[in-house]
Amino acid sequence: MAAHLSSGRVNLTLLREAGRRELREFLDKCAGSKAIVWDEYLTGPFGLIAQYSLLKEHEVEKMFTLKPGRLPQADVKNVIFFVRPKLELMDIITDNVLREDRGRSPQRDFHILFVPRRSLLCEQWLKEQGVLGSFIHREQYSLDLIPFDGDLLSMESESAFKECYLESDQTSLYHAAKGLMTLQALYGTIPQIFGKGECARHVANMMIRMKREFPGSQNSIFPVFDTLLLLDRNVDLLTPLATQLTYEGLIDEIYGIQNTYVKLPPEKFAPKKQGEGGKDLPTEPKKLQLNSAEELYAEIRDKNFNAVGSVLSKKAKIISAAFEERHHAKTVGEIKQFVSQLPHMQAARSSLANHTSIAELIKDITTSEDFFDNLTVEQEFMSGIDTDKVNNYIEDCIAQKHPLIKILRLVCLQSVCNSGLKQKVLDHYKREILQTYGYEHILTLNNLEKAGLLKPQISGRNNYPTIRKTLRLWMDDVNEQNPNDISYVYSGYAPLSVRLAQLLARPGWRSIEEVLKMLPGPHFEERQQLPTGLQKKRQHGENRVTLVFFLGGVTYAEIAALRFLSQMEDGGTEYVIATTKLINGTSWIKSLMEKLEPAPF
Amino acid sequence: MSRARADEEEYWHSSKFRAFTFDDEDDELSQLKESKRAVNSLRDIVDDDDDDLERVSWSGEPVGSISWSIKETASSSNSSLEGRDSSLQKGSSSYAAFPKQVSSYSLSSLFKGRNKLPSFQSLSDALSDTGVKNYAPELRRPKAEYKDYSSDWRPKDTVRRMQRGKVCSLERFRSLQDKLVLLDEAVAGNDGNVITAVLIFLKRTLRREILFRELEVRQVALCHLIHFLKESGEQKLLLDLLRFLDRTEEVALSQYREHLNIQDVEKRREFLKGCIGLPFSAEDTSHVQDHYTLLERQIIIEANDRHLEAAGQSEIFRKYPRKASILNMPLVTTLFYSCFYHYTEAEGTFSSPTNLKKTFKIPDKQYVLTALAARAKLRAWDDVDALFTTKNWLGYTKKKAPIGFHRVVEILQRNNAPVQVLQEYVRLVEDVETRLNLATKYKCHDVAIETYRDLKDRIQLTAYKCKVERGSADEEKINSILNN
Repeated sequence: MAAHLSSGRVNLTLLREAGRRELREFLDKCAGSKAIVWDEYLTGPFGLIAQYSLLKEHEVEKMFTLKPGRLPQADVKNVIFFVRPKLELMDIITDNVLREDRGRSPQRDFHILFVPRRSLLCEQWLKEQGVLGSFIHREQYSLDLIPFDGDLLSMESESAFKECYLESDQTSLYHAAKGLMTLQALYGTIPQIFGKGECARHVANMMIRMKREFPGSQNSIFPVFDTLLLLDRNVDLLTPLATQLTYEGLIDEIYGIQNTYVKLPPEKFAPKKQGEGGKDLPTEPKKLQLNSAEELYAEIRDKNFNAVGSVLSKKAKIISAAFEERHHAKTVGEIKQFVSQLPHMQAARSSLANHTSIAELIKDITTSEDFFDNLTVEQEFMSGIDTDKVNNYIEDCIAQKHPLIKILRLVCLQSVCNSGLKQKVLDHYKREILQTYGYEHILTLNNLEKAGLLKPQISGRNNYPTIRKTLRLWMDDVNEQNPNDISYVYSGYAPLSVRLAQLLARPGWRSIEEVLKMLPGPHFEERQQLPTGLQKKRQHGENRVTLVFFLGGVTYAEIAALRFLSQMEDGGTEYVIATTKLINGTSWIKSLMEKLEPAPF
Repeated sequence: MSRARADEEEYWHSSKFRAFTFDDEDDELSQLKESKRAVNSLRDIVDDDDDDLERVSWSGEPVGSISWSIKETASSSNSSLEGRDSSLQKGSSSYAAFPKQVSSYSLSSLFKGRNKLPSFQSLSDALSDTGVKNYAPELRRPKAEYKDYSSDWRPKDTVRRMQRGKVCSLERFRSLQDKLVLLDEAVAGNDGNVITAVLIFLKRTLRREILFRELEVRQVALCHLIHFLKESGEQKLLLDLLRFLDRTEEVALSQYREHLNIQDVEKRREFLKGCIGLPFSAEDTSHVQDHYTLLERQIIIEANDRHLEAAGQSEIFRKYPRKASILNMPLVTTLFYSCFYHYTEAEGTFSSPTNLKKTFKIPDKQYVLTALAARAKLRAWDDVDALFTTKNWLGYTKKKAPIGFHRVVEILQRNNAPVQVLQEYVRLVEDVETRLNLATKYKCHDVAIETYRDLKDRIQLTAYKCKVERGSADEEKINSILNN
C-alpha cells in the first residue's frame, strides 16, 4: 500500500506509521462504536495516512461529510468531527449539535478532532454558541507533514502563503517548525541549516528554540539528512507563475492534482460495451492516483512533455514483445512462467493505456493556438523581452474575457520579470481588468500588490536582468529529450528556487552574494551540534541528503528539477522536498483572491 | 470490468487521435498508435478481472479509501438504519448515564481546568518522549491538574503549558504589566493559537485604547489580532483598530469589502456612495467612484428595460428576451448590453453606448471591440460597416479600425458572418501574409486570388485552384489571370 514511500533515500513509511499510531490512539479514547463526520477537505490528506480498514478496526462504523442540518441517524455511541480549525466549520458543527434529538436514546457522545492543531479561537466560538460543553474529547491531530511520495512531504495548508505574506500571521510557520521537529525526532538532528528569506529565518529560529526547550528532542538517532535548506516562496515569485511543462506539471496545470489524485474527463477512458449503444458512457470524471508506486508514471512524470511520447512508444514495444513470448512458450514450464507474468503485464498494460489517454488529452491543449501564444509571451517575459510596456496579447485576452486568473498570472509574471511595472503600464492593466471583470476586484489587485506580485517599479531600476544572467535562469539551448540542465522543466527557464539549491550544493552561496542581496530577506547558515558518536563518516562516493523546505508552496516542475539534480551522476546530493502546499500558478493566485459572491447568474 | 473487445479495438484505433501529435509528427503519431495496439492486443490474453490488482471503483478511488467509504457507509445508513433506530430507542437507556456537559463554559473556565480535558500530546511529543508517557498517561493527569491550581505560574510556563494544549487560567494575570509579559511570552513562543488565546483574554479584560496602544508596539501580536478580527467578522473593532493605527487605506478597503455582503441593490448603491469619500489611494478612489456610478446606471436601466420587456412593445426585447438582469455586471458587459439593446439611442439617455463611453472614459479600442461583438451578434452588418467608416473633410470615406482588421475578421467569423461580409474586412488586413491566411481559412476566394494576382505569384495562384470549386466563377477568374 505504501511501499513507494520507502523507495527513496529516506524511509518515509516511518512518518506514516507514526501518524497511523496517533490516529489509532485517539480513536481508542472514544470507546465504543463511532461515526466520523468529515471536513471534506481532510479526506484527501487522511487518505494518504490511512484507509477505511484502519478506522473500521477501531469501531468506526459510519462516515459522513460535514454539512449543515441534522446528522444522519446512525446508531453509534460516538460521533467524532474531524475538522480544520476554521470558524465557518464551527458554525456547521454547532448546527449539527443543536439539531441533535435530545430525546433519542441512547444519546450519542460528541467529540472533535482538530487537524492539525486545536484552536482556542474555535473553542471560544463554540462556547459563544453554547455548544462547547457538548464535546467530551476535544483534541488535535498533528498532521503537519504528510508523506506524498518517497521524496515528497506536504502540509497541505492552502492558506499558508496568504497568511505569511499578506496577513503576517506566522501560525503556519510554527506548524512547519513543529513538522521539522517531528522529522528530526524520527530521522535524527539535521546538522546544517541554510535559509533564504524572512520566513526561513523565523522557522530556523523556532527550531533552534524548540530544541533548546524540549530536551526530549535530543535524540540518539543517526542523522539521515545532512542539510536543511529553508526557502521563502517570495524569494522566487516568478517560478509558479510560469506554465509548467513537465508531464506531471501539465497534468496539474490543466486538471489539478489533489492529494496525489487527479480527476480526468471520462470520455477517453470510457469502457465501451458491445450493443449497448453507449448508454453506459460514464458522466463522472475518471479518478486516478498518481505516484511513484506506478512504475511507468515514476519514469515519465518529471520529463518535459515533449519527451513523453517516445517513452510511451518504447514501453509499447516492450509490452508487445512480452506478449509475443506466448507463441514461443511450448513446454508446460514455459507456459507456466508466461502465465505467472500475466498480472505484471496486465498492470503495465493498464498503466500504459491510462497515460496514453492522458497524454492525448494534454496534447490537445498544448497544440492549441492559445496555449502556444500564452507560452510565447511567458517566455518573452522570462528572457527579458518587452517587459516594460503594455503587452498586446494580454490586452487581447482581456478583451476576449479569458479567465481572470490567467490574466493575473501573466500580468504578475511581467511585473516580477521587470522588478515592478511602470506606473503607467500598471494603471492601464488595472483599469482594463476592473472594467472588464468588475470593480470589486480592486480587493484582489490590492492583495497581489501586498504580496509583491504586482507592483509599481519604485526605484526605477530593474534587477531582474542581473539576477537572470548571474543565476543563468534563461537557457537558449535547452534539450528537452535528454536534458543536461534543470531549465528543461520550463523549456528554457531554470527555476530560480532550484538554482539556489543547486548553487548551494556547489560551489556554495558565497559565489552569488551580490544576487542574494537583491532577493528579499536574509540568507543565513546555522549548525546544530551532534553528540560525538553520531557524527557522520561519509563513505566514499556516498551522496549527501538535503531536505529543501519551500515555505509558501512548491510546484511539480520545481520538484522535477530537484529530482533531476538528485539523479545527476556527479551531483553528489540527493534531495527530499517538503512544503506547506503543492501549488501551481492558478491555485496560488486563487488563494490570494478575495472571496467574492458567486455571480448572480 | 469485462469489456467487449471489438468495440474497444475500434475506439483505440479510431481517427480521433489525430490531435495527438508530438513534435516530429509522423513518427510520434505512429509510436502512439503502436502503444495503443500493444495495449489492446494484450487484452486478448489478459483477464481483466484479475484479483491481484487493487480494486478500484469506477470513480477511480480504491475501494476502501476514506472518501469512497464515506459514500458507502452514508448510503447504507440511510436505507437500513432509519427503521432500526426506532426499535432501539426503547432499548437500553444506559447511555443516559454519560454526563453531558451542557453547562455553559466561559473561556476563562476553560483555562482554569475545570473540564476534563485529557493531556493531549502532539505527535512530536509522543515521538520524542520516552515510553513512560505512552504507557501511563492516566497516571500523569491528576498531578498535572493539581499543578494547575498552584499559584507560582510564571508567564513563560503558562505559555508553554498552553502550547502543549494544557488548560491554564489566565485570570491570575491581573495587572497590565503581567498581561503584557504574558503576551510577550506568547509571541516569543510563536504558537499562533496561544497568541490568539492570550489576545482574546486581553481584548476582554483591557480597555480598548490601552489594548491598541500596547499592540502598536507589538507588531506580531497586532497582525494576529487583525487576522483574528477579520476571521471572526468583528468589523467594527477592526475598523477602530485600523483607524487608531492610521492605516487609512486598509480602513477604506476593509469597509469597501463589506458591499459584497449587501444583497439589496438599492442598499448596495447607498453603501458604495458612502465609500466614495473613504481614504483610498488616488486611483482606487476613481475606481470606487466608477463602481458607484455604474451601479446607479444599472439600476435605472434595469427598471426601464424590465418595464419595456414586460410591455412587449419593443421589438428587440421580443426577439431577444433578456437572459439575466444587468445589475452588478462589469462595465464592459454593461456596454455590450447597451450596444445590443440601446445602440441607436441619443447620447442623452443613460443607456446609450456613447453616454457610457463618455462617462467611464472607455478607450476607443475597448469600445469598438464591444460594439462590434454586439452588432455582429445581431447580424447588423450595416452598423458594423459604420463602425469602421470615417469621412474626411473632403467627403471621402475611409475604413479604419483601432484594433486591426484581422481582429475584426475573427470576431465576425465567430458570429457566423457570411463570406460576403467577411471578405470585405479580410481585404482590409494590411499584412499580406495574414491576409492570405485569413482568406484561405475562411474561404474568401476573391481576396486570396486578387492578392496572389497583385503579388504576381503564379505558382501559388495555380496551387490555389484546388481550393475553389470546379467550374465556379472563382476558378474561371484564376484561369483568366493565369492566361493573361
